Amino acid sequence: MIARARMWVERHPVLSFFIFFAVFPFLVPYPAVATQVLTFGLFALGFNLLYGFTGLLSFGHAAYYGLGAYGTGIALAKLRVGSLWVGLAIGVVAAVVGGAIIGFLCLRRRGIYFAMLTLAFAQLLYFIGFHLADWTGGDDGLRGIPALPIWVPGIGSVRLNTSLAFYYFAFVLVGLAVAVLRRILDSPFGAVLQAIRENAERAAACGYNVRRVRWLAFVFSAAFTGLAGGLDALRLSVVPIESLYWTTSGQAVIMTLLGGAGTFFGPFVGAGIFLVLEERLSLITESWPLVMGAVFMVFVLFLPKGVWGTLLARLSARPTPGE
Amino acid sequence: MADLTLAALAAQLFTGLVLGMILVLLAVGLSLIFGLMTVVNFAHGSLYMLGAYLGFFLLGLTKNFWISLVLAPLLVGLFGLLIERVLVRPLYGRSIDDPLLLTFGLSLVLVEAARLIWGKIGLTLDPPPALAGAVNLGFSAFPLYRLFVIAVTLAVLVALWLFLEKTDVGLIIRAGSRDRLMVRALGVDLGRIWLIVFGIGTALAGLAGILAGPMRGVYAEMGVTIVIESFVVVVVGGMGSLLGAIVAGILIGEVVSLTTYFAPKLAEIMVFVVMALVLLVRPSGLFGETGLME
Repeated sequence: MIARARMWVERHPVLSFFIFFAVFPFLVPYPAVATQVLTFGLFALGFNLLYGFTGLLSFGHAAYYGLGAYGTGIALAKLRVGSLWVGLAIGVVAAVVGGAIIGFLCLRRRGIYFAMLTLAFAQLLYFIGFHLADWTGGDDGLRGIPALPIWVPGIGSVRLNTSLAFYYFAFVLVGLAVAVLRRILDSPFGAVLQAIRENAERAAACGYNVRRVRWLAFVFSAAFTGLAGGLDALRLSVVPIESLYWTTSGQAVIMTLLGGAGTFFGPFVGAGIFLVLEERLSLITESWPLVMGAVFMVFVLFLPKGVWGTLLARLSARPTPGE
Repeated sequence: MADLTLAALAAQLFTGLVLGMILVLLAVGLSLIFGLMTVVNFAHGSLYMLGAYLGFFLLGLTKNFWISLVLAPLLVGLFGLLIERVLVRPLYGRSIDDPLLLTFGLSLVLVEAARLIWGKIGLTLDPPPALAGAVNLGFSAFPLYRLFVIAVTLAVLVALWLFLEKTDVGLIIRAGSRDRLMVRALGVDLGRIWLIVFGIGTALAGLAGILAGPMRGVYAEMGVTIVIESFVVVVVGGMGSLLGAIVAGILIGEVVSLTTYFAPKLAEIMVFVVMALVLLVRPSGLFGETGLME
């Protein structure tokens, strides 16, 4: 029964996503928490495309998250763009452009240099964001992002004034992103990504332009991450400068590893675990990052597949009658 | 007037050299550990921070800067040995990213632990009375303590160079960075060598921390920015090249110091501009060999 459910989820990941997250806000205390799981999950999903599926460890995803958040925020608050859709699109484009440039530079070095370089470039953007206070609000963060109604074809103008309404707005966009990710991974391009992760030299020997494929994966990853940043800018109606800080990059790493790198739902599972841990621990102690760091180390040492990855492995290891 | 600016410029160059020395100590340790073990120690900045706090603690205990200066790096090095044995060792044979992930988690723990133990407010570490005051270098007066930092770093680098070039262990370390398999085939127990190198690298981070303490203050986050800068130094210099780490460390130190003088807002940004330029023109770093240790 469980094994069959697992098979079904594996075969219909996008449908599973929509079914589960359609009822999700009613399973948690507040819809706002559910929205956070969605946007953080999308952030981790962007990171996971690069780390879990392409084998490139980025320590600088704060850059694309921040570009998405500031792109959307600046478009709406400073440029007075009249549409949330356009604002979000500007955020995603900013993340894509940033990802294309930084990805090109970082991919000039392979292996472990890559992680250091992504971290360094994210820190560069942090300092730029910090000093461009006229645009970004600097240390105070970018404030005054208006809560505009969205225009939906066929329905008309919809106000996102309740947290449940905003949840379903995010639900549709994150769901679309999940569908796009599925499409990418199922395509020949997705197969090459995973081939590169397993053995880059062999993929190169097969005639694939490894650097170009990696660069494309980097850009896609930046796009997903940027959308997560843009959604968070709308959710919070403020963009804190910490969006670009290295701890934000670390958060994507932690969430993905907790959930399960290289698994489809791991990022969302990890986002959920991260949020629960953060909330519970911060009630008990101010030093919750210490516990979070220790939990993370335990996962790296003993549970490298993460919660979701371990669960999947356990379930498929169990022999089931009739299969 | 021109004379005055020139003197100020010279003083700024000297300040850059001092910052460069701290970066060199960090980058040499990072590069040594990476070169031999292909482990990127993300917690390097936290060990730098730990060196400074231990220095503060030992200074309070012994009232003697010199004892603290020797003991703090040794204790950090011992802690490094523990990290290698308990945490990093189980990850050998796994992905090259795993030690980086693990030490990232460790750095979160260490920074938070420092906040718990020593508080959130930064501390000041006083240089010893013998090193207080300034010396006249002809063009301007310069704090004696900063000259001392340069001297200590140079002495440590010479000692490290002698160790790597003139001793048997140094020979094995150099051979191990070139071809691990061959060294193993010759019957050398690389596990012990890895332990030694991890200890030396972390002790250097601790030394950098206690040396930097009196100049830059002691606080829990002190390692964050500087470890990213030393990553940049390693990338610019070429991974695994000690000469590269030294030249790039001084270069980055000077770049920070000079932009602080001319355009303070750009100081943090210029570091990364230099890195991007080096990546475009010479992706393997100034002294790196293409394809080595990637």
